[in-house]
Amino acid sequence: MSFLRDTMLVFRRQERLALRQPAWVIIGLMQPILYLALFGPLLKGLPGSSLGGGGNAYRFFVPGLLIQLALFGSTFVGFAIISDWRAGVIERFRVTPVSRLAIMAGRVLRDVITLVVQAAILVVVGVAFGLRAPLPAVLIGFVFIMFVAIGLASVSYATGLIVKSEDAFAPLINTVVVPLLLLSGIFLPLTLGPGWLQGIARISPFRYIIDAMREAYLGHYFNTIMVEGIAVAVGMAVLFLWLGSRVFRQENA
Amino acid sequence: MAIIEARGLARTFKSRKRTVEAVRGVDLTVGDGEIVGFLGPNGAGKTTTLRMLTTLLRPTAGTATVAGADLLTNPLRVREKIGYVPQAIGETMGGTDPNCLVIEELLDQAALYRITGSEARQRADLLIGQLELAGLERRLVKTLSGGQRRRLEIALGLVHRPPLVFLDEPTTGLDPQSRSNLWEHISRLRSDLGTTVFLTTHYLEEADALCDRVFIIDHGVIAAEGTPDELKRRISGDVVTLRVTGEEAAARKLLGDQAVVREITAADGTLKLTVEHGEQALPALLRVLDAADITLESINLSRPTLDDVFLTLTGRSLRDDSPASHPAAEAKE
Repeated sequence: MSFLRDTMLVFRRQERLALRQPAWVIIGLMQPILYLALFGPLLKGLPGSSLGGGGNAYRFFVPGLLIQLALFGSTFVGFAIISDWRAGVIERFRVTPVSRLAIMAGRVLRDVITLVVQAAILVVVGVAFGLRAPLPAVLIGFVFIMFVAIGLASVSYATGLIVKSEDAFAPLINTVVVPLLLLSGIFLPLTLGPGWLQGIARISPFRYIIDAMREAYLGHYFNTIMVEGIAVAVGMAVLFLWLGSRVFRQENA
Repeated sequence: MAIIEARGLARTFKSRKRTVEAVRGVDLTVGDGEIVGFLGPNGAGKTTTLRMLTTLLRPTAGTATVAGADLLTNPLRVREKIGYVPQAIGETMGGTDPNCLVIEELLDQAALYRITGSEARQRADLLIGQLELAGLERRLVKTLSGGQRRRLEIALGLVHRPPLVFLDEPTTGLDPQSRSNLWEHISRLRSDLGTTVFLTTHYLEEADALCDRVFIIDHGVIAAEGTPDELKRRISGDVVTLRVTGEEAAARKLLGDQAVVREITAADGTLKLTVEHGEQALPALLRVLDAADITLESINLSRPTLDDVFLTLTGRSLRDDSPASHPAAEAKE
């Protein structure tokens, strides 16, 4: 199928470019590792019951950091498409017979793989700090963040291609991502907050995904929290992928 | 046989309830193997037309056949058959990634056209030789000079040996030496490979030196088309400038009576004559003056330039309107 072949072609090109500057993979990891090292110990001091981590603060904290990594890593990929567009690369590809959707899909694939590598490193560092979680839970967590990355990266590329300006793109993304992050209970459980905050937090899709990942880390794989998390993760990925593909498949861009 | 045939190609943009007619109905016929130039001031619809012909922008009206395929119903087939080299100035650049190696760009481009393996290598090597990129294969694109990078971009447009190639401002921003070097490459495209070349340019000497035919677009319609010589002849005749000693009035009367002279002005001993076919008219004019014993100090014959043509047709000089000074205007198209 030519779409898959085209996607692989774009993927290999982007992967090659990413490996030319591997520093970015490390820089992307710095923030969550700093949180793990400098914020994690604070959580350890809280009474175990308030975190719901079953006595292990990192079982609560690491899923949150994984989502944070996915959220920041994926929403900012649109930056790169702006410079690609400016270099004329996007236009050059669009005039060839290559699938226009593959121009996006190949990049998203690269981002998802980069994210999984970063996530694996983060989990290993987490274990070093004291994280103890079942292996299936860790793998389920990876699947969750892959869905998050597919959706967010697609929509980020589409946004970058529409906005076409780094100066507008960065504040736009921050305005959307930071509230979503705060409303997802990444650093502290939302159950600590007042009722109104818990109410508002229901609008953040990531909140459901984090809750499901935390359930998995506790070894609970079959319950409504998990079903909600899966539904939100898959639904969001499909919706955002569709939105992104619309922009890339447009006749005019 | 026509390789481009466009009828009533039009494009309107809607922005904030305002409708802008960027291109209002362009008719174009380009024959197989021609080198044609597409000239126009910024905002005239040049880039919009080019983007429509290369499947980057869907026309709002009109039809076109490009390289044997219907632009509207079969854009994919058009893409397979054309090469496109984007302009390298203004908001977007010419299509190469600064962090790629030269050889990677060539092989990737080949792969985009489903050319892989040894065939791709062979074609890349051939283009490296043809476009004087030898020794640069393992260099990052960002380390190339302007001329080298432009040659690479043109090489990318040729990897799949398209019968038709679109060059958007191929030499803008290059030094004169790189420019004339690129002109050689472009004219060799046709002589060696029979490629049809459709180029836009801001340099009238470029159109003059390279193009068999020129289209001038203004306000979204084709204002004129023809060979550079035809266009020049149509607009104004040749200008003969003569300096005589003393007998200006007599000379003016004598020359003004000649049938070939369409217009004559005189001031300070200098006579300016507009004539058809200046080089043929000149001997007769000299004989007339000689017979009347009028002494000639100097004589000059100048042919109209494409810039004169452009000025007459559009009321604007192409030279004042360099793309670098209005990048936004072009990009909005």
